[in-house]
Parts: sequence; C-alpha cells; structure tokens
Amino acid sequence: MEDIREVEVLVEKSLQGDKLSTARLISFVERGDKRASYILEKIYPHAGSAYYIGITGSPGTGKSTLLNRLVLKFCEDKYSVGVIAVDPSSPFTGGALLGDRIRMQLDHKKYDYFFRSMSAGRVLGGLSRTTKEAARIMDASGRQIIIIETVGIGQSELDIAKATDTVLVILTPDSGDGMQMMKAGLMEIADIFAVNKSDRPGAENMLLSLEGILDQKKQDSEKDNWRPQVYLTTASLNKGIEELYEGIWKHYHYLQQDKRLEKRRKTQFKKELQMQIEREFSRVLWETIFEEQSIDNLVDTVWPQRTDPQAVAQRFVQKRLANRIAGKSK
Amino acid sequence: MERKIKVVMAKLGLDIHWRGVYLVSQFLRDAGMDVVYLGNKFPEQIVEAAIEEDADIVGLSTLSGNHLTLGPKVVQLLKEKGMDRVKVFMGGVMPPADAIELEEKHGVEKVFLPDTPMETIVKAYYNSTDEQQ
Repeated sequence: MEDIREVEVLVEKSLQGDKLSTARLISFVERGDKRASYILEKIYPHAGSAYYIGITGSPGTGKSTLLNRLVLKFCEDKYSVGVIAVDPSSPFTGGALLGDRIRMQLDHKKYDYFFRSMSAGRVLGGLSRTTKEAARIMDASGRQIIIIETVGIGQSELDIAKATDTVLVILTPDSGDGMQMMKAGLMEIADIFAVNKSDRPGAENMLLSLEGILDQKKQDSEKDNWRPQVYLTTASLNKGIEELYEGIWKHYHYLQQDKRLEKRRKTQFKKELQMQIEREFSRVLWETIFEEQSIDNLVDTVWPQRTDPQAVAQRFVQKRLANRIAGKSK
Repeated sequence: MERKIKVVMAKLGLDIHWRGVYLVSQFLRDAGMDVVYLGNKFPEQIVEAAIEEDADIVGLSTLSGNHLTLGPKVVQLLKEKGMDRVKVFMGGVMPPADAIELEEKHGVEKVFLPDTPMETIVKAYYNSTDEQQ
C-alpha cells in the first residue's frame, strides 16, 4: 500500500535521527491519522532508553525561561534533548496560541535539541492524549533527554506524573501559602520543587514552608521513599540552575537503584493500558453499536419516559452486548 | 480527524513592535489553528522551528525594512531543507512595489499591507492549505 510506504520511509529516517521525518510522524499521530498505530507499533521497540522529565507550574512562574536554562545545561553536557511544550487550546475553537518557543534562544547549530509545541486539545490543562506518543517518537529517534512541559492547571500535574520519570514542579514566592500547596496531587506528584523568581520577597518563607510539609510527609511515609528536594532559582538571572540541574540527576540516580525506574514505568504502562482499553471499547461502541440508531434517535425515544440517563445507558449497553454475543448484530 | 492547520509566526529580525503579529496570531487561533508564536527570530531559527513544528504556514511580520533581504531568505531556506510545501505569508510595512516583487519573484504566497481586514488574512491562511488535502 502506497500510503504505508510513505510512512515507512519516514519511520526509517526518523529512527536515524532526521528531524523533519520525526516532526512529520508526530503530526500523523497528533491528528489520529489511520497510520498512527502503524507508526507507534514500529517505533515502540526503539523507545525506552531516554530519561523523561516533566515540568509543570502555573502560568507566570517562569517555566519557559527555566526550561531554556535546563535545556542548555543538558546540551552543554552533550545530551541530545527533546522538548514537548503543551499549551491549552481554546475549548471553543480548538485553536491554540503556543508561546513556549519565544524563550528558546539556543543556537540549534551548536546545541542538539528538538522543540515541539503541542496544544492540549479538549483536556483542560492536561496533557494532550498524544503527548506521550510524541515523546516516544522523539525517544526512538535518538533523543536522550525528553522534557515535557505543561501548564499546571487542571489535572496536568497528575497527567505528567503518568508520563515521566522525574516531575519538577515550579512555584514562585507568590504561589500562595502552605495550605494551598497541600492541594491534592501536587505534593504527591512532585519529585523536585523549584521556587523560581526567588529574588522576590517571600522566597525563603516558601522554601521553609515546603521543607516543613515535606519533612512531615517523610515522617509519615515509608523509609525508602524519595524525599522531594526544594531549590531556589531565578531563571532570568541564571541563578540556582546548577543546583537544580544536579538535583534532577540526583533523582535519576535514585531511580537507577533497586529497579525503581522499571517499577515506576511498569505502573505507568498499566495505567496507560487501562486507558487505551477503555478508549478502544469506547471507540468500538460509538462506531459499531450506533450503526442502526443515532444518539438523537435514542434521546427522542427515551425522553418521554423520563428515565434517568444512567439507567438508559445501562439498558442500552446491556442490550447491545447481549445482541453481539447472540450474533444478532455484526 | 480534520487536520488542524499549524502556523509558525515570527517577527523578522529585531523590530520589537508586536501588536500586529500578535493580533493576527490570536485571530488565527480563533479560527481553529495552532499558532506557534516565536517572537523575534532570524530566518534560520524560523525555518528550524517550521521543521520541528511541521508547519503548514510561516507568517512573518516585517516593519523595519528587512523584508527584501530576510523574507526571501526564509523561502529559500525552507526549500533547501525540504519544506517547500510550506506557504510563506508576510505582513507589515513596505512599498507596494516590494510586496509585488516578493509575491512574484521570491515565492512569498501573499503580502498583507496595513489596513488589510483581519478576515482577509485569516481566509488566505485557511485557503492556502486546501491544495494539500
């Protein structure tokens, strides 16, 4: 099939590190092209050796600037870096203004990095469902460090923990008090905290506050767990970056021991598998079972009966499943 | 799934006036496109971004007279890097004769001079990708 041939060539070139092909493959996957699963199947065996770092933080915390500094550090240490920066899309038009590249000033001839912007799609603040897949394509193409950056609103922190090995949460002295920081998810998800814009007043207080909460959690938790580290940075002035960089590698080394990285990734794989199975069921449902009857018809039929939607859904699915098993529908 | 149009927008060179290109970017976003906003960049950086983002369109804002030197450079580099399917639009301030030259001799898809209605620009961007579907 000619269609597949085009993609085969792209996969071949991408696996050798070609940027253009890698970018095109990511696009195919992004828009759910029918060849997407072929692509993912082909590149999957070649992915897995990269180190995945997730960076999240509310708008205005200086993520992009900090990201730029970190990418520079990795590149200076001769790593091949891939970055995926996720920005929210408009829930109304689907379009997006992706501005994370503005801060990327590094000379691409001198430093080996690949920067891709992505819109989050319909998920508020979360990761695009294809972000992990795009990261894998970059991984397979030879990138050694993959950084996924996302805006810390909605469920993005949780999403990012499912997709990366190390999660870095960026706060600023204006990020609110200790109670706010206990917000469910943030404390559990972060492996490293960076208090950026630490030239502003309140930085020390935030540090102490965080350290206090983390000490408390450490007491309550198992001995072996990683105690998240907190760093003060001022990315715009290039301060604290070295320490933060070292801190990231510290977590990497922690993961290398006792097969922690493998355990973490296996758990992520399980969650992803569950999600994919659910998604596949859903797809099959909407595609095949709704053949005979559109949802509008269904609504018109049940509306006068004044039954609640959950009951309707249960009856509907049970009946369809029974039909399938009995072989009455295709 | 319908293909979203990917646009890379940049300010050519060093001029820092941003309202025009920023406004156009917002309108393109509102028309459902993914717009990667680069800020001030030079041709090589712009083309590198176009490659990485797999852009369909590159939009350039030029207000400081560099349009005949840097504009064609972007088109040329795109061709050299195997990205000739990318359409290049330019907008800003220049003599109308230059605009025509850019369109007819240097491969620029269209140049929009001041007071061009936003709708015209958005439509032009949108229609420029029809040929590839």
